[in-house]
Amino acid sequence: MFDAFRVIIARDLLLAMRRRSDVLTTLFFFVIVVSLFPLGIGPELDTLRLIAPGVFWVAALLASMLALEKLFFVDYQDGALEQMLLAPQPLSILVLGKVFAHWLVTGVPLVLLSPLLGLQYDLSGDTILTMMITLLLGTPALSLIGAIGAALTLGLRGGGVLVSLLVLPLYIPVLIFGAGAVEAEVSGLGGAGHLSMLGAILLLSILAAPLATAAALRISAE
Amino acid sequence: MLDVVNLQCTRGDRRLFSGIDFTVEEGELLHLYGHNGSGKTTLLRTLCGLVAPSQGEVRWKGEAIRNQRDEFAAELLYLGHKNGLKDDLTGIENLLVACRMAGLKTKQDQAWDVLERMGLRGHEDLPARVLSQGQQKRVALARLLLSQAPLWILDEPFVGLDVAAVALLENVIAGHVANGGLVVLTTHQEVALTSGKVKKLRLGWKEDGHV
Repeated sequence: MFDAFRVIIARDLLLAMRRRSDVLTTLFFFVIVVSLFPLGIGPELDTLRLIAPGVFWVAALLASMLALEKLFFVDYQDGALEQMLLAPQPLSILVLGKVFAHWLVTGVPLVLLSPLLGLQYDLSGDTILTMMITLLLGTPALSLIGAIGAALTLGLRGGGVLVSLLVLPLYIPVLIFGAGAVEAEVSGLGGAGHLSMLGAILLLSILAAPLATAAALRISAE
Repeated sequence: MLDVVNLQCTRGDRRLFSGIDFTVEEGELLHLYGHNGSGKTTLLRTLCGLVAPSQGEVRWKGEAIRNQRDEFAAELLYLGHKNGLKDDLTGIENLLVACRMAGLKTKQDQAWDVLERMGLRGHEDLPARVLSQGQQKRVALARLLLSQAPLWILDEPFVGLDVAAVALLENVIAGHVANGGLVVLTTHQEVALTSGKVKKLRLGWKEDGHV
């Protein structure tokens, strides 16, 4: 069972290596959106420090949305999805593998780049660390939740827009607790409670999202 | 082994086929034919379990396939219209990924041998996107040579192949049937087998030779 899990992760990582532009688009989108705010608002450090958590999290949400479209679409087009549906392993395991690989190439770079972008907002070391932890816990949850929407809209016309409408409302809890943890840390309240909630959301989505995605893929592929 | 009972499929409001009954046993080949749009591909996809029938059921070893999805999948090899190849992976990588996903422990050198037998010597490590249609089809069909699945479901396997490849594929299919395998395929050409039994099933309402 874990063979297929490993095979699909290795395959998707290899494909991402061969087609780096797709990966870089998401990353640059995140960098540009985050960098636009200091340019627009001007060098008022107090304001920037205040809005940083929200800006980072909204940018991460949108970047994650942007990457979703490609998650299953290419497999659907070239017939690889049919073979996944007919593999003798539970489809949800394969989905989990695909989403994990997807997160490694679209989510992890955001986490790693956030300290650099944090400097633009004059964030302290501790705040940046909290930000990284929230992104590390939150972005996989975003990928998992988004996968359900991507699977449901597979093969539909205008699927891209529909995905946003379906998925963005579901992202709201992650946004609230992600940005909230950083804000709580800055204000001195401590973000542990928010982080626990983010962790809980992540665990819940690891359990439930692959099953829902697998069911949606079976319907969409008919 | 493979039993189809009173199968009916609808697409939207349109009934594609209904009341289909047949059985395929070990060492038999079922040749599906019929005019374009008669539902051949849909029937094959229903046999695999990709499409849910609106009535009736498909049974494998006496048990409905929807109750034994993983067990059935382990004994099935389906090659559809789409090859399922990744454009950015080489022929070897594509073949290895496909086999390992199907639960086989295929080795690198086995894959090289098989692609050579499929007439792809020298093209094994080119990305699939630079291969011609026929070569891509050969890479996809190479899975047949490594498969241990008793049931093969093939949708138009001969399309896009040259004469030599058609002969090779016919041999492979005949060999599988002779070894007690089951094959269900659609094609517009005659299928000759040296041993085993060929069954035919015609879908659609039009007479042969009419447009």
